[in-house]
Amino acid sequence: MAAIEPTGAPAAPRSSGPVGVWAVTHLSTAIGALGRLSRQPFASLMTILVIAVTLALPSAMHLLIKNARSISASWDSALDFSVYLKADTSIDAARRLGDIIELRADVERVTLITADEALAEFRAQSGFGEALDHLTVNPLPHTLIVRPGSANTELSIALLDEELGNLPEADLVQVDTEWVRRFHAILEILQRSIAIGSALLGAAILVIIGNTIRLDIQNRREEIEVAKLIGASNAFVRRPFLYSGLWYGLGGGLLALLLVRYGLYAIEEPVSRLAGLYDSPFSVLALNLEESLLIVGLGVTLGLVGSWVAAARHMRRIEPR
Amino acid sequence: MIQIENVTKRFPGGHDALRNLSLNVDKGEMVFVTGHSGAGKTTLLRLIALTDRPTSGQVIVDGQDTRRVSRRNIPAYRRQIGMVFQDHKLLYDRPVFDNVALPLIIAGWSHRDAARKVRAALDQVSLLKKEKQFPETLSSGEQQRVGIARAIVTRPMLLIADEPTGNLDPDLSLEVMRIFRRFNEVGVTLLIASHDIALIDQLGCRRIPLVDGRLDHDEEEDVVAEYAERLQFERDRGEWPQ
Repeated sequence: MAAIEPTGAPAAPRSSGPVGVWAVTHLSTAIGALGRLSRQPFASLMTILVIAVTLALPSAMHLLIKNARSISASWDSALDFSVYLKADTSIDAARRLGDIIELRADVERVTLITADEALAEFRAQSGFGEALDHLTVNPLPHTLIVRPGSANTELSIALLDEELGNLPEADLVQVDTEWVRRFHAILEILQRSIAIGSALLGAAILVIIGNTIRLDIQNRREEIEVAKLIGASNAFVRRPFLYSGLWYGLGGGLLALLLVRYGLYAIEEPVSRLAGLYDSPFSVLALNLEESLLIVGLGVTLGLVGSWVAAARHMRRIEPR
Repeated sequence: MIQIENVTKRFPGGHDALRNLSLNVDKGEMVFVTGHSGAGKTTLLRLIALTDRPTSGQVIVDGQDTRRVSRRNIPAYRRQIGMVFQDHKLLYDRPVFDNVALPLIIAGWSHRDAARKVRAALDQVSLLKKEKQFPETLSSGEQQRVGIARAIVTRPMLLIADEPTGNLDPDLSLEVMRIFRRFNEVGVTLLIASHDIALIDQLGCRRIPLVDGRLDHDEEEDVVAEYAERLQFERDRGEWPQ
Protein backbone atom coordinates (compact mmCIF):
# COMPACT_ATOMS: atom_id res chain seq x y z
CA MET A 1 0.00 0.00 0.00
CA ALA A 2 1.64 3.20 -1.12
CA ALA A 3 1.48 6.01 1.38
CA ILE A 4 -0.21 9.17 0.23
CA GLU A 5 2.15 12.06 0.75
CA PRO A 6 0.41 15.26 1.70
CA THR A 7 1.11 18.06 -0.70
CA GLY A 8 -0.67 20.74 1.25
CA ALA A 9 -1.93 22.43 -1.88
CA PRO A 10 -5.30 21.79 -3.36
CA ALA A 11 -4.98 19.39 -6.25
CA ALA A 12 -4.39 21.10 -9.55
CA PRO A 13 -5.02 19.48 -12.90
CA ARG A 14 -1.87 18.26 -14.58
CA SER A 15 -2.28 17.35 -18.22
CA SER A 16 -4.44 19.75 -20.23
CA GLY A 17 -4.18 23.53 -20.08
CA PRO A 18 -6.66 25.75 -18.24
CA VAL A 19 -8.88 26.22 -21.29
CA GLY A 20 -9.03 22.49 -21.90
CA VAL A 21 -9.93 21.87 -18.27
CA TRP A 22 -12.58 24.57 -18.41
CA ALA A 23 -14.09 23.09 -21.54
CA VAL A 24 -14.03 19.55 -20.18
CA THR A 25 -15.61 20.67 -16.90
CA HIS A 26 -18.39 22.49 -18.69
CA LEU A 27 -18.99 19.71 -21.18
CA SER A 28 -19.24 17.08 -18.46
CA THR A 29 -21.53 19.33 -16.41
CA ALA A 30 -23.71 19.93 -19.46
CA ILE A 31 -23.93 16.22 -20.21
CA GLY A 32 -24.55 15.47 -16.55
CA ALA A 33 -27.44 17.96 -16.48
CA LEU A 34 -28.89 16.42 -19.63
CA GLY A 35 -28.56 12.98 -18.07
CA ARG A 36 -30.47 14.12 -14.97
CA LEU A 37 -33.29 15.53 -17.10
CA SER A 38 -33.50 12.28 -19.04
CA ARG A 39 -33.81 10.30 -15.82
CA GLN A 40 -37.12 12.06 -15.21
CA PRO A 41 -38.39 12.03 -18.79
CA PHE A 42 -42.03 12.80 -18.02
CA ALA A 43 -41.43 15.78 -15.76
CA SER A 44 -38.75 17.17 -18.09
CA LEU A 45 -40.95 16.77 -21.16
CA MET A 46 -43.84 18.52 -19.44
CA THR A 47 -41.63 21.50 -18.64
CA ILE A 48 -40.25 21.57 -22.17
CA LEU A 49 -43.76 21.28 -23.63
CA VAL A 50 -45.05 24.20 -21.57
CA ILE A 51 -42.11 26.32 -22.72
CA ALA A 52 -42.64 25.20 -26.32
CA VAL A 53 -46.33 26.13 -26.33
CA THR A 54 -45.52 29.47 -24.71
CA LEU A 55 -42.94 30.19 -27.41
CA ALA A 56 -45.07 28.78 -30.24
CA LEU A 57 -48.07 31.03 -29.52
CA PRO A 58 -46.41 34.38 -30.28
CA SER A 59 -44.44 32.77 -33.10
CA ALA A 60 -47.66 31.63 -34.75
CA MET A 61 -49.23 35.08 -34.29
CA HIS A 62 -46.14 36.64 -35.80
CA LEU A 63 -46.49 34.33 -38.80
CA LEU A 64 -50.13 35.33 -39.18
CA ILE A 65 -49.17 39.01 -39.34
CA LYS A 66 -46.31 38.27 -41.69
CA ASN A 67 -48.63 36.46 -44.08
CA ALA A 68 -51.28 39.17 -43.85
CA ARG A 69 -48.60 41.72 -44.75
CA SER A 70 -47.46 39.69 -47.69
CA ILE A 71 -51.04 39.52 -48.99
CA SER A 72 -51.59 43.24 -48.54
CA ALA A 73 -48.26 43.92 -50.22
CA SER A 74 -49.61 42.27 -53.35
CA TRP A 75 -52.67 44.51 -53.04
CA ASP A 76 -50.50 47.58 -52.81
CA SER A 77 -49.02 47.00 -56.25
CA ALA A 78 -52.50 46.47 -57.66
CA LEU A 79 -53.70 49.87 -56.50
CA ASP A 80 -55.02 51.44 -59.66
CA PHE A 81 -55.75 55.11 -60.20
CA SER A 82 -58.94 55.89 -62.05
CA VAL A 83 -58.40 59.09 -64.04
CA TYR A 84 -61.78 60.37 -65.22
CA LEU A 85 -61.22 62.65 -68.21
CA LYS A 86 -63.20 65.77 -68.97
CA ALA A 87 -66.31 65.13 -71.04
CA ASP A 88 -64.98 67.06 -74.05
CA THR A 89 -61.90 64.89 -74.38
CA SER A 90 -61.95 62.90 -77.59
CA ILE A 91 -61.17 59.21 -77.78
CA ASP A 92 -57.97 59.90 -79.72
CA ALA A 93 -56.81 62.51 -77.21
CA ALA A 94 -57.54 60.04 -74.40
CA ARG A 95 -55.54 57.31 -76.13
CA ARG A 96 -52.58 59.69 -76.73
CA LEU A 97 -52.66 60.84 -73.14
CA GLY A 98 -52.67 57.20 -71.98
CA ASP A 99 -49.59 56.48 -74.09
CA ILE A 100 -47.79 59.48 -72.64
CA ILE A 101 -48.60 58.51 -69.07
CA GLU A 102 -47.48 54.97 -69.72
CA LEU A 103 -43.98 56.29 -70.54
CA ARG A 104 -43.51 57.46 -66.97
CA ALA A 105 -41.03 55.43 -64.92
CA ASP A 106 -43.40 55.11 -61.96
CA VAL A 107 -46.23 53.72 -64.09
CA GLU A 108 -46.52 50.12 -65.10
CA ARG A 109 -49.53 50.14 -67.41
CA VAL A 110 -52.35 52.37 -68.55
CA THR A 111 -55.68 50.97 -69.77
CA LEU A 112 -58.27 53.09 -71.53
CA ILE A 113 -61.90 52.47 -70.79
CA THR A 114 -63.92 54.45 -73.30
CA ALA A 115 -67.24 56.01 -72.39
CA ASP A 116 -69.05 53.40 -74.49
CA GLU A 117 -67.30 50.51 -72.80
CA ALA A 118 -68.03 52.01 -69.41
CA LEU A 119 -71.68 52.38 -70.28
CA ALA A 120 -71.87 48.81 -71.54
CA GLU A 121 -70.28 47.55 -68.37
CA PHE A 122 -72.58 49.66 -66.23
CA ARG A 123 -75.59 48.42 -68.18
CA ALA A 124 -74.55 44.81 -67.67
CA GLN A 125 -73.76 45.13 -63.97
CA SER A 126 -76.23 47.65 -62.59
CA GLY A 127 -79.52 46.26 -63.85
CA PHE A 128 -80.61 49.69 -65.05
CA GLY A 129 -80.46 48.46 -68.63
CA GLU A 130 -83.85 49.74 -69.84
CA ALA A 131 -83.64 53.01 -68.01
CA LEU A 132 -80.30 53.67 -69.67
CA ASP A 133 -81.89 53.15 -73.08
CA HIS A 134 -83.79 56.38 -72.55
CA LEU A 135 -80.63 58.40 -72.33
CA THR A 136 -79.82 60.29 -75.47
CA VAL A 137 -76.26 61.11 -74.49
CA ASN A 138 -73.70 58.94 -72.74
CA PRO A 139 -73.07 60.77 -69.48
CA LEU A 140 -69.94 58.75 -68.69
CA PRO A 141 -66.44 60.07 -69.46
CA HIS A 142 -63.52 58.19 -70.90
CA THR A 143 -61.40 56.75 -68.08
CA LEU A 144 -57.71 55.90 -67.86
CA ILE A 145 -56.86 53.11 -65.42
CA VAL A 146 -53.30 53.82 -64.32
CA ARG A 147 -51.41 51.04 -62.52
CA PRO A 148 -48.33 52.33 -60.66
CA GLY A 149 -45.09 50.38 -60.80
CA SER A 150 -44.25 48.08 -57.90
CA ALA A 151 -41.18 50.12 -56.90
CA ASN A 152 -43.28 53.06 -55.75
CA THR A 153 -43.17 54.35 -52.21
CA GLU A 154 -46.05 55.99 -50.40
CA LEU A 155 -44.51 59.36 -51.24
CA SER A 156 -44.07 58.69 -54.96
CA ILE A 157 -47.64 57.38 -55.11
CA ALA A 158 -48.87 60.64 -53.59
CA LEU A 159 -46.78 62.56 -56.14
CA LEU A 160 -48.19 60.52 -59.00
CA ASP A 161 -51.68 61.17 -57.65
CA GLU A 162 -51.03 64.92 -57.63
CA GLU A 163 -49.50 65.02 -61.10
CA LEU A 164 -52.31 63.03 -62.63
CA GLY A 165 -54.78 65.45 -61.03
CA ASN A 166 -52.92 68.40 -62.56
CA LEU A 167 -53.31 67.14 -66.12
CA PRO A 168 -55.52 69.57 -68.06
CA GLU A 169 -57.60 66.69 -69.45
CA ALA A 170 -58.20 65.14 -66.02
CA ASP A 171 -61.51 65.81 -64.36
CA LEU A 172 -61.15 63.63 -61.30
CA VAL A 173 -58.50 61.21 -60.05
CA GLN A 174 -59.71 58.54 -57.72
CA VAL A 175 -57.72 56.01 -55.80
CA ASP A 176 -59.26 53.95 -53.05
CA THR A 177 -56.44 53.52 -50.60
CA GLU A 178 -58.43 54.19 -47.43
CA TRP A 179 -59.31 50.58 -46.73
CA VAL A 180 -55.74 49.45 -47.34
CA ARG A 181 -54.57 52.06 -44.85
CA ARG A 182 -57.12 50.82 -42.35
CA PHE A 183 -56.00 47.28 -42.89
CA HIS A 184 -52.40 48.29 -42.23
CA ALA A 185 -53.46 50.15 -39.11
CA ILE A 186 -55.23 47.06 -37.85
CA LEU A 187 -52.14 44.96 -38.55
CA GLU A 188 -50.06 47.50 -36.67
CA ILE A 189 -52.33 47.26 -33.64
CA LEU A 190 -52.25 43.47 -33.81
CA GLN A 191 -48.49 43.48 -34.05
CA ARG A 192 -48.14 45.70 -30.99
CA SER A 193 -50.57 43.52 -29.05
CA ILE A 194 -48.55 40.48 -29.98
CA ALA A 195 -45.35 42.19 -28.88
CA ILE A 196 -46.93 42.93 -25.48
CA GLY A 197 -48.32 39.41 -25.27
CA SER A 198 -44.90 38.00 -26.17
CA ALA A 199 -43.25 39.95 -23.39
CA LEU A 200 -45.79 38.56 -20.91
CA LEU A 201 -45.30 35.03 -22.21
CA GLY A 202 -41.53 35.51 -21.97
CA ALA A 203 -41.98 36.46 -18.32
CA ALA A 204 -44.12 33.33 -17.91
CA ILE A 205 -41.27 31.21 -19.29
CA LEU A 206 -38.88 32.81 -16.80
CA VAL A 207 -41.25 31.90 -13.99
CA ILE A 208 -41.76 28.35 -15.26
CA ILE A 209 -38.05 27.66 -15.57
CA GLY A 210 -37.24 29.48 -12.34
CA ASN A 211 -39.79 27.41 -10.46
CA THR A 212 -38.60 24.15 -11.99
CA ILE A 213 -35.02 24.94 -11.06
CA ARG A 214 -36.08 26.00 -7.56
CA LEU A 215 -37.70 22.59 -6.99
CA ASP A 216 -34.62 20.93 -8.45
CA ILE A 217 -32.40 22.84 -6.02
CA GLN A 218 -34.62 21.87 -3.09
CA ASN A 219 -34.47 18.21 -4.09
CA ARG A 220 -30.69 18.34 -4.26
CA ARG A 221 -30.19 20.43 -1.17
CA GLU A 222 -28.17 17.78 0.61
CA GLU A 223 -25.84 17.36 -2.35
CA ILE A 224 -25.28 21.11 -2.54
CA GLU A 225 -24.51 21.25 1.17
CA VAL A 226 -21.98 18.44 0.97
CA ALA A 227 -20.33 19.96 -2.10
CA LYS A 228 -20.04 23.34 -0.39
CA LEU A 229 -18.70 21.68 2.75
CA ILE A 230 -15.81 20.14 0.86
CA GLY A 231 -14.94 23.35 -0.93
CA ALA A 232 -17.25 23.79 -3.90
CA SER A 233 -17.65 27.41 -4.97
CA ASN A 234 -21.05 28.94 -5.64
CA ALA A 235 -20.24 28.86 -9.35
CA PHE A 236 -19.56 25.14 -9.16
CA VAL A 237 -22.83 24.24 -7.45
CA ARG A 238 -24.78 26.65 -9.66
CA ARG A 239 -23.41 25.36 -12.94
CA PRO A 240 -25.47 22.15 -13.31
CA PHE A 241 -28.67 24.12 -12.71
CA LEU A 242 -27.74 26.68 -15.35
CA TYR A 243 -27.23 23.84 -17.80
CA SER A 244 -30.61 22.36 -16.83
CA GLY A 245 -32.16 25.74 -17.63
CA LEU A 246 -30.27 25.86 -20.91
CA TRP A 247 -31.53 22.42 -21.91
CA TYR A 248 -35.11 23.30 -20.96
CA GLY A 249 -34.90 26.46 -23.07
CA LEU A 250 -33.25 24.74 -26.01
CA GLY A 251 -35.72 21.84 -25.93
CA GLY A 252 -38.63 24.27 -25.63
CA GLY A 253 -37.37 26.39 -28.53
CA LEU A 254 -36.87 23.43 -30.85
CA LEU A 255 -40.23 21.92 -29.94
CA ALA A 256 -41.86 25.32 -30.55
CA LEU A 257 -40.44 25.32 -34.09
CA LEU A 258 -41.87 21.86 -34.60
CA LEU A 259 -45.29 22.92 -33.31
CA VAL A 260 -45.37 25.95 -35.63
CA ARG A 261 -44.19 23.81 -38.54
CA TYR A 262 -46.99 21.28 -37.97
CA GLY A 263 -49.55 24.02 -37.50
CA LEU A 264 -48.56 25.47 -40.88
CA TYR A 265 -48.66 22.04 -42.42
CA ALA A 266 -52.24 21.67 -41.22
CA ILE A 267 -53.46 24.94 -42.81
CA GLU A 268 -51.30 24.89 -45.92
CA GLU A 269 -53.70 22.84 -48.02
CA PRO A 270 -56.93 24.78 -47.32
CA VAL A 271 -55.06 28.06 -47.84
CA SER A 272 -53.73 27.04 -51.22
CA ARG A 273 -57.24 25.86 -52.17
CA LEU A 274 -58.60 29.27 -51.16
CA ALA A 275 -55.81 31.02 -53.06
CA GLY A 276 -56.69 28.86 -56.07
CA LEU A 277 -60.30 30.04 -55.87
CA TYR A 278 -59.05 33.65 -56.05
CA ASP A 279 -56.61 32.79 -58.85
CA SER A 280 -53.85 34.00 -56.53
CA PRO A 281 -50.32 32.59 -56.52
CA PHE A 282 -50.23 33.18 -52.74
CA SER A 283 -48.68 30.47 -50.62
CA VAL A 284 -48.22 30.43 -46.85
CA LEU A 285 -44.93 31.89 -45.61
CA ALA A 286 -43.13 29.74 -43.07
CA LEU A 287 -40.58 30.88 -40.46
CA ASN A 288 -37.29 31.70 -42.12
CA LEU A 289 -33.90 30.71 -40.72
CA GLU A 290 -33.40 33.98 -38.85
CA GLU A 291 -36.78 33.77 -37.17
CA SER A 292 -36.22 30.13 -36.26
CA LEU A 293 -32.84 30.92 -34.73
CA LEU A 294 -34.41 33.84 -32.88
CA ILE A 295 -37.05 31.58 -31.32
CA VAL A 296 -34.52 28.94 -30.27
CA GLY A 297 -32.12 31.64 -29.04
CA LEU A 298 -34.93 33.24 -27.06
CA GLY A 299 -35.73 29.88 -25.46
CA VAL A 300 -32.09 29.34 -24.50
CA THR A 301 -31.70 32.88 -23.16
CA LEU A 302 -34.87 32.70 -21.07
CA GLY A 303 -33.80 29.27 -19.81
CA LEU A 304 -30.43 30.57 -18.70
CA VAL A 305 -31.78 33.76 -17.16
CA GLY A 306 -34.59 31.91 -15.35
CA SER A 307 -32.26 29.32 -13.88
CA TRP A 308 -29.67 31.96 -12.99
CA VAL A 309 -32.19 33.98 -11.04
CA ALA A 310 -33.52 30.90 -9.26
CA ALA A 311 -30.03 29.60 -8.49
CA ALA A 312 -28.81 32.97 -7.23
CA ARG A 313 -31.88 33.36 -5.01
CA HIS A 314 -32.01 29.90 -3.50
CA MET A 315 -28.40 28.72 -3.55
CA ARG A 316 -27.22 31.44 -1.20
CA ARG A 317 -29.52 30.18 1.52
CA ILE A 318 -28.05 26.70 1.42
CA GLU A 319 -25.04 26.74 3.69
CA PRO A 320 -23.54 23.66 5.32
CA ARG A 321 -24.70 23.13 8.90
CA MET B 1 -0.79 24.16 12.23
CA ILE B 2 -3.76 25.38 14.27
CA GLN B 3 -3.66 28.27 16.70
CA ILE B 4 -6.77 29.10 18.66
CA GLU B 5 -6.43 32.29 20.66
CA ASN B 6 -8.98 33.51 23.20
CA VAL B 7 -11.84 32.22 21.13
CA THR B 8 -15.37 32.69 22.37
CA LYS B 9 -18.39 31.51 20.45
CA ARG B 10 -21.71 32.79 21.72
CA PHE B 11 -24.86 31.55 20.04
CA PRO B 12 -27.96 33.71 19.73
CA GLY B 13 -29.81 33.31 23.00
CA GLY B 14 -26.64 33.73 25.05
CA HIS B 15 -25.31 30.20 25.20
CA ASP B 16 -21.52 30.14 25.08
CA ALA B 17 -20.27 27.08 23.22
CA LEU B 18 -16.63 28.11 23.60
CA ARG B 19 -15.33 30.40 26.35
CA ASN B 20 -12.02 32.17 25.89
CA LEU B 21 -10.41 29.04 24.53
CA SER B 22 -6.74 28.97 23.51
CA LEU B 23 -4.87 25.99 22.17
CA ASN B 24 -2.23 24.95 19.67
CA VAL B 25 -1.88 22.01 17.37
CA ASP B 26 1.57 21.58 15.81
CA LYS B 27 2.28 20.41 12.29
CA GLY B 28 2.30 16.62 12.09
CA GLU B 29 0.39 16.13 15.34
CA MET B 30 -2.52 13.77 15.80
CA VAL B 31 -4.72 15.30 18.47
CA PHE B 32 -8.08 14.34 19.95
CA VAL B 33 -10.61 16.85 21.19
CA THR B 34 -12.57 15.13 23.91
CA GLY B 35 -15.47 15.99 26.13
CA HIS B 36 -19.15 15.30 26.63
CA SER B 37 -21.63 16.29 23.99
CA GLY B 38 -22.21 20.01 24.36
CA ALA B 39 -18.63 20.61 25.52
CA GLY B 40 -17.88 22.52 22.31
CA LYS B 41 -16.02 19.90 20.23
CA THR B 42 -18.16 20.32 17.12
CA THR B 43 -18.20 24.11 17.45
CA LEU B 44 -14.41 24.12 17.55
CA LEU B 45 -14.20 22.05 14.36
CA ARG B 46 -16.81 24.26 12.68
CA LEU B 47 -14.70 27.33 13.38
CA ILE B 48 -11.73 25.62 11.75
CA ALA B 49 -13.83 24.53 8.74
CA LEU B 50 -15.30 28.07 8.55
CA THR B 51 -18.85 26.80 8.68
CA ASP B 52 -19.05 29.23 11.57
CA ARG B 53 -17.16 32.28 12.81
CA PRO B 54 -16.02 32.99 16.37
CA THR B 55 -17.73 35.75 18.34
CA SER B 56 -14.29 36.92 19.45
CA GLY B 57 -10.71 35.70 19.35
CA GLN B 58 -8.79 34.36 16.41
CA VAL B 59 -8.39 31.06 14.66
CA ILE B 60 -5.22 30.61 12.61
CA VAL B 61 -4.95 27.60 10.35
CA ASP B 62 -1.68 26.88 8.54
CA GLY B 63 -0.66 30.51 8.97
CA GLN B 64 -3.95 31.91 7.67
CA ASP B 65 -6.02 34.11 9.95
CA THR B 66 -9.52 32.83 9.27
CA ARG B 67 -10.97 36.27 9.99
CA ARG B 68 -9.30 37.41 6.78
CA VAL B 69 -10.87 34.64 4.68
CA SER B 70 -13.78 36.33 2.93
CA ARG B 71 -17.01 34.57 2.06
CA ARG B 72 -15.81 34.38 -1.53
CA ASN B 73 -12.61 32.63 -0.56
CA ILE B 74 -14.15 30.10 1.82
CA PRO B 75 -14.41 27.38 -0.89
CA ALA B 76 -10.68 27.67 -1.73
CA TYR B 77 -9.88 27.65 2.01
CA ARG B 78 -11.95 24.52 2.61
CA ARG B 79 -10.27 22.72 -0.25
CA GLN B 80 -7.05 22.77 1.78
CA ILE B 81 -8.62 20.80 4.61
CA GLY B 82 -9.83 17.22 4.58
CA MET B 83 -13.06 16.73 6.53
CA VAL B 84 -14.61 13.57 7.88
CA PHE B 85 -18.09 13.55 9.40
CA GLN B 86 -19.92 11.31 11.84
CA ASP B 87 -22.78 10.81 9.37
CA HIS B 88 -20.32 10.36 6.46
CA LYS B 89 -22.17 12.95 4.31
CA LEU B 90 -21.84 10.80 1.21
CA LEU B 91 -23.97 11.34 -1.88
CA TYR B 92 -26.17 8.30 -2.14
CA ASP B 93 -27.20 8.78 -5.77
CA ARG B 94 -23.74 7.98 -7.14
CA PRO B 95 -21.18 5.22 -6.74
CA VAL B 96 -18.20 5.19 -4.39
CA PHE B 97 -15.79 6.29 -7.12
CA ASP B 98 -17.78 9.46 -7.88
CA ASN B 99 -18.07 10.27 -4.19
CA VAL B 100 -14.32 10.10 -3.70
CA ALA B 101 -13.67 11.98 -6.97
CA LEU B 102 -15.92 14.91 -5.96
CA PRO B 103 -13.19 17.06 -4.31
CA LEU B 104 -11.00 16.60 -7.40
CA ILE B 105 -13.87 17.48 -9.74
CA ILE B 106 -14.52 20.58 -7.62
CA ALA B 107 -10.83 21.47 -7.93
CA GLY B 108 -11.20 21.30 -11.71
CA TRP B 109 -9.92 17.85 -12.56
CA SER B 110 -11.52 15.90 -15.34
CA HIS B 111 -13.09 12.62 -14.33
CA ARG B 112 -10.47 10.69 -16.25
CA ASP B 113 -7.45 12.50 -14.80
CA ALA B 114 -8.85 12.07 -11.31
CA ALA B 115 -9.12 8.30 -11.64
CA ARG B 116 -5.58 7.49 -10.56
CA LYS B 117 -5.80 9.57 -7.40
CA VAL B 118 -9.24 8.22 -6.56
CA ARG B 119 -7.97 4.64 -6.81
CA ALA B 120 -4.93 5.50 -4.66
CA ALA B 121 -7.22 6.98 -1.99
CA LEU B 122 -9.56 3.98 -2.14
CA ASP B 123 -6.56 1.71 -1.84
CA GLN B 124 -5.56 3.53 1.36
CA VAL B 125 -8.88 2.56 2.95
CA SER B 126 -8.95 -0.92 1.35
CA LEU B 127 -12.05 -0.25 -0.73
CA LEU B 128 -10.51 -0.53 -4.17
CA LYS B 129 -12.84 -3.35 -5.15
CA LYS B 130 -15.98 -1.45 -4.22
CA GLU B 131 -15.54 1.67 -6.34
CA LYS B 132 -18.56 0.85 -8.53
CA GLN B 133 -20.91 0.13 -5.62
CA PHE B 134 -23.39 2.62 -4.25
CA PRO B 135 -22.87 3.80 -0.66
CA GLU B 136 -26.15 2.24 0.47
CA THR B 137 -24.85 -1.25 -0.33
CA LEU B 138 -21.88 -0.73 2.01
CA SER B 139 -21.67 -1.27 5.76
CA SER B 140 -21.45 1.73 8.06
CA GLY B 141 -17.71 1.17 8.55
CA GLU B 142 -17.16 0.98 4.83
CA GLN B 143 -19.19 4.13 4.27
CA GLN B 144 -17.01 5.93 6.79
CA ARG B 145 -13.92 4.72 4.96
CA VAL B 146 -15.36 6.14 1.73
CA GLY B 147 -15.77 9.43 3.60
CA ILE B 148 -12.13 9.23 4.68
CA ALA B 149 -10.96 8.46 1.14
CA ARG B 150 -12.86 11.52 -0.05
CA ALA B 151 -11.21 13.63 2.66
CA ILE B 152 -7.68 12.60 1.74
CA VAL B 153 -7.93 12.34 -2.05
CA THR B 154 -6.62 15.87 -2.51
CA ARG B 155 -3.75 15.13 -0.06
CA PRO B 156 -4.53 17.86 2.45
CA MET B 157 -2.00 18.81 5.13
CA LEU B 158 -4.77 18.98 7.72
CA LEU B 159 -7.58 16.55 8.33
CA ILE B 160 -10.38 17.27 10.79
CA ALA B 161 -12.88 14.64 11.84
CA ASP B 162 -16.01 15.06 13.94
CA GLU B 163 -16.84 11.87 15.83
CA PRO B 164 -15.65 9.70 12.94
CA THR B 165 -16.28 6.54 14.92
CA GLY B 166 -19.50 7.66 16.55
CA ASN B 167 -21.61 5.12 14.72
CA LEU B 168 -19.10 2.28 14.59
CA ASP B 169 -18.50 -0.71 16.82
CA PRO B 170 -15.12 -0.95 18.64
CA ASP B 171 -13.38 -3.12 16.01
CA LEU B 172 -14.39 -0.85 13.13
CA SER B 173 -13.50 2.21 15.21
CA LEU B 174 -10.01 0.89 15.80
CA GLU B 175 -9.66 0.16 12.08
CA VAL B 176 -10.62 3.75 11.23
CA MET B 177 -8.15 5.07 13.81
CA ARG B 178 -5.39 2.92 12.35
CA ILE B 179 -6.08 4.48 8.96
CA PHE B 180 -5.85 7.93 10.54
CA ARG B 181 -2.58 7.05 12.19
CA ARG B 182 -1.11 5.93 8.88
CA PHE B 183 -1.86 9.37 7.46
CA ASN B 184 -0.30 10.92 10.54
CA GLU B 185 2.84 8.87 9.95
CA VAL B 186 3.34 10.53 6.56
CA GLY B 187 2.97 14.02 8.01
CA VAL B 188 -0.74 14.82 7.94
CA THR B 189 -1.94 16.84 10.92
CA LEU B 190 -5.14 15.40 12.38
CA LEU B 191 -7.63 16.95 14.73
CA ILE B 192 -10.28 14.47 15.76
CA ALA B 193 -13.28 15.12 17.96
CA SER B 194 -14.32 12.04 19.89
CA HIS B 195 -15.80 11.08 23.21
CA ASP B 196 -14.52 7.51 22.97
CA ILE B 197 -11.88 7.79 25.73
CA ALA B 198 -11.13 4.08 25.79
CA LEU B 199 -10.27 4.10 22.12
CA ILE B 200 -8.12 7.22 22.39
CA ASP B 201 -6.24 5.72 25.30
CA GLN B 202 -5.44 2.74 23.11
CA LEU B 203 -3.84 5.09 20.57
CA GLY B 204 -1.93 7.18 23.06
CA CYS B 205 -2.30 10.52 21.32
CA ARG B 206 -2.50 13.97 22.85
CA ARG B 207 -5.92 14.92 24.14
CA ILE B 208 -7.54 18.34 24.33
CA PRO B 209 -10.25 17.88 26.94
CA LEU B 210 -13.11 20.38 26.77
CA VAL B 211 -15.61 21.06 29.51
CA ASP B 212 -18.31 23.67 28.88
CA GLY B 213 -16.27 25.29 26.16
CA ARG B 214 -13.11 25.57 28.24
CA LEU B 215 -9.98 23.52 28.52
CA ASP B 216 -10.22 21.14 31.43
CA HIS B 217 -6.81 21.99 32.87
CA ASP B 218 -6.78 19.34 35.55
CA GLU B 219 -7.39 16.63 33.08
CA GLU B 220 -5.07 18.18 30.55
CA GLU B 221 -2.15 18.08 32.94
CA ASP B 222 -2.87 14.46 33.72
CA VAL B 223 -3.26 13.67 30.09
CA VAL B 224 -0.09 15.43 29.03
CA ALA B 225 1.91 13.68 31.69
CA GLU B 226 0.37 10.39 30.75
CA TYR B 227 0.99 11.10 27.07
CA ALA B 228 4.67 11.89 27.59
CA GLU B 229 5.06 8.78 29.67
CA ARG B 230 3.42 6.59 27.10
CA LEU B 231 5.35 8.14 24.26
CA GLN B 232 8.59 7.44 26.00
CA PHE B 233 7.43 3.92 26.75
CA GLU B 234 6.51 3.26 23.14
CA ARG B 235 9.72 4.80 21.84
CA ASP B 236 11.65 2.56 24.14
CA ARG B 237 9.80 -0.39 22.71
CA GLY B 238 10.50 0.84 19.20
CA GLU B 239 6.85 1.35 18.30
CA TRP B 240 7.31 4.89 17.03
CA PRO B 241 9.94 6.18 14.68
CA GLN B 242 12.51 8.20 16.60
